[in-house]
Amino acid sequence: MDALNVYAAKMAPQQESLANGHRACQGCAELLAVRLVAKTLGQDFIIANATGCLEIVTSSYPHSAWKVPWIHVAFENAAAVASGVEAGIKILKKKGKYPVDREIKIIAQAGDGGTVDIGLQALSGALERGHDFMYLCYDNEAYMNTGIQRSSSTPYGASTTTSPSGSESIGQVTMKKNVVEIAVAHDIPYVATASPSYPFDLMEKVRKGAEAKGPAYIHVLAPCPTGWRLAPNLALSIGRLAVQTKVFPLYEVVNGQYRMTVSYKNHRPVADYLKPQGRFRHLKEADIAFIQQHVDSSYDRLLKKIEMSEG
Amino acid sequence: MAKNFNEMTWKEFDIAFMVTNPGCSADYRTGDWRSQKPVTDKSKCIKCGVCYLACPDDAIRLAADGTYDFDYDHCKGCGICATECWTGCISMVEEEK
Amino acid sequence: MAKRIGIEVSLAISEAVKLANVDAIAAYPITPQTHIVEHLSELVADGELQAEFIPVESEHSAMSVCAGTSAAGARTYTATSSQGLALMNEILFIIPAMRLPVVMTIANRSLSGPISIWNDHSDLMSVRDTGWIAIFAENGQEAFDLTLQSFKIAEDHRVMLPISVNIDGFTLSHVIEPHEFLDQAEVDSFLPPYEPLVQLNPDKPVSMGMVGIPEIYFEAKKAQDMVLIESKAVIKEVFKEFGEKFGRYYHVIESYRTDDAETLLMTMGSISETAMEAIDIMKDEQGRKVGLIRLRLWRPFPHEELRELLRGVKTLAVVDRAVSFGSPGGPVATEVRSALYNSENAPYVASFIAGLGGRDVTIEHFTTMVDMAERMAEQREVHEYKMIGVRE
Repeated sequence: MDALNVYAAKMAPQQESLANGHRACQGCAELLAVRLVAKTLGQDFIIANATGCLEIVTSSYPHSAWKVPWIHVAFENAAAVASGVEAGIKILKKKGKYPVDREIKIIAQAGDGGTVDIGLQALSGALERGHDFMYLCYDNEAYMNTGIQRSSSTPYGASTTTSPSGSESIGQVTMKKNVVEIAVAHDIPYVATASPSYPFDLMEKVRKGAEAKGPAYIHVLAPCPTGWRLAPNLALSIGRLAVQTKVFPLYEVVNGQYRMTVSYKNHRPVADYLKPQGRFRHLKEADIAFIQQHVDSSYDRLLKKIEMSEG
Repeated sequence: MAKNFNEMTWKEFDIAFMVTNPGCSADYRTGDWRSQKPVTDKSKCIKCGVCYLACPDDAIRLAADGTYDFDYDHCKGCGICATECWTGCISMVEEEK
Repeated sequence: MAKRIGIEVSLAISEAVKLANVDAIAAYPITPQTHIVEHLSELVADGELQAEFIPVESEHSAMSVCAGTSAAGARTYTATSSQGLALMNEILFIIPAMRLPVVMTIANRSLSGPISIWNDHSDLMSVRDTGWIAIFAENGQEAFDLTLQSFKIAEDHRVMLPISVNIDGFTLSHVIEPHEFLDQAEVDSFLPPYEPLVQLNPDKPVSMGMVGIPEIYFEAKKAQDMVLIESKAVIKEVFKEFGEKFGRYYHVIESYRTDDAETLLMTMGSISETAMEAIDIMKDEQGRKVGLIRLRLWRPFPHEELRELLRGVKTLAVVDRAVSFGSPGGPVATEVRSALYNSENAPYVASFIAGLGGRDVTIEHFTTMVDMAERMAEQREVHEYKMIGVRE
């Protein structure tokens, strides 16, 4: 996989539907993921964007980084706005008031806060109604835009500004909410996890999600140097470590069938992923062992689902 | 944009505060955020393009000879390119002001 | 002109929406608005209306979907009440700022708590400052006519703002009344197809919903308020055209027997019909110099027209159907006082709050209010507001 990344880079689409000049922090892997998504989708797509880092850094008046139609309404409703855009274009096409020959993909995108917390209801509604759209969650595991507050996507043990580690607390005391499985439970055609550290895997999933007829959900782990207390140049290597340590396996669920898309024969210990990040600096050996145990069991459960799909 | 936006009156902008020149953020220079800048030793470059695909700021451009140049107007100096480069031909050097 | 038919007001509104050939409807059930969207979903299911009916999971999403459909260039409609309107609140502010001409019926209902499904105006008053045009209908015919006119007003390129057409919950929404419908050809001659000013289309990409930093936010808000204020001229123009075409005339403030009146009642919504009866009795049986004005347009507030109508009037009794907690009057009365404060020979303004949570407002209540207002005016009594019909 890594070798493919090297030799195929020139085969990636050259177009950029996200312009530079956006105000993301140095080394923002979220904006890299978005850039790769936008490259893959070309020009014929429309974005409904939730409030959040991505929205703020790409749309400060009068500078828009978007070369495609883009709408931002509020924080929790990207899926609902996308539902509306999709339904609106569908009926206008039927009535001959919108170019019928154009295949236009509708994209909703949000961070983890806008997806797994405040936007979960709108997301569920849109997935359940079966709109032909793709939802992308760029998960940087906290409310980074407002200053690194914990979300229900923040992993156990991470120190954030509202789950600080201290003498009486390990930091975040809950396990990361598994929204990927919640998306799968809606029985939609395409669900996947992805990472900008694996650009071709990500771009392939975006292509599949866009081609699916009906809702698609892609959960992208987006390392955030600012919030994870990490040197900016390590944003992509930490994303690889998340996969190599089983913390964030890369898989897809096509019509309910699970498949691992990036596999390693030997996995590295979870400590390799935790130690470079300042948000986990306070963890003790026992804490790390506990996290290892949890990561192992979650991964085993995923493998069982994959086995069942293959069987 | 003919006029600087912070000199515009309420009568001058597009309906509903829209932006109608897509991608105009490119006019905004983020290059001065940098404290270190990437420099390539092109003799070691294998023209793989990993740096290009790894840049969050779309600040790396394919050159005529198949190597890659930096768009210093937009490069924020994060150093991802230097870290991801397979041959180590990119190094980060202190920005001189 | 089509013949008169007896039909429930909610269904008449749905028929108006159908005649407007709406493209998209997003709605969530809430009493007493439900009959409108139930009937619309039937019309779509039966193929009588070619539209997308999006059955959302909350009112917040209903308004968010409306943002999406409208931005895509679709003629968009929704309806709600009370808690549903309150849940939409956040998005209500954004729709006019994005200049999306959504039309919404609000079947006015009190807000919790205690929870009540019955009628008053507390729901609309809670969204007073969201930037929507707000119009009141007081009977089924008006609801039908104003629904059609609202699309024309909202979509006028000089306006491009959302409109709420307010009807009193149950007392209007659930009653069967005779309506004079318009046929499709008549509607088509009045209401042109929707031509969006801008839409989400890859052929001409735009970015909607930008960040407004302090250097530009203020100007954006000024631009928005100016459009709302200036929409009044278009509203009057559309009312006039509708009247000339179909013989039913509407005004931003309606007057009833105001000639030579020294004391006026001022109402909004369906209680106006009872108020008219009270005026008839006071005038015809008691020879009193009274009259009634009915506020049709709540936003933008027609203060110039109000000042004009009140010339020579000594006392004005304003009837509110909502409490603005801790304020020096009912919301409409406060507005009226503020509109009149610096004008010469302004009438004495008495503020009454009546009919909360579905409580009846009777003819006797209206005559009591007129009596009290005249007495207070004579004594120049400084007062905030009086509640009428509450057990003390």
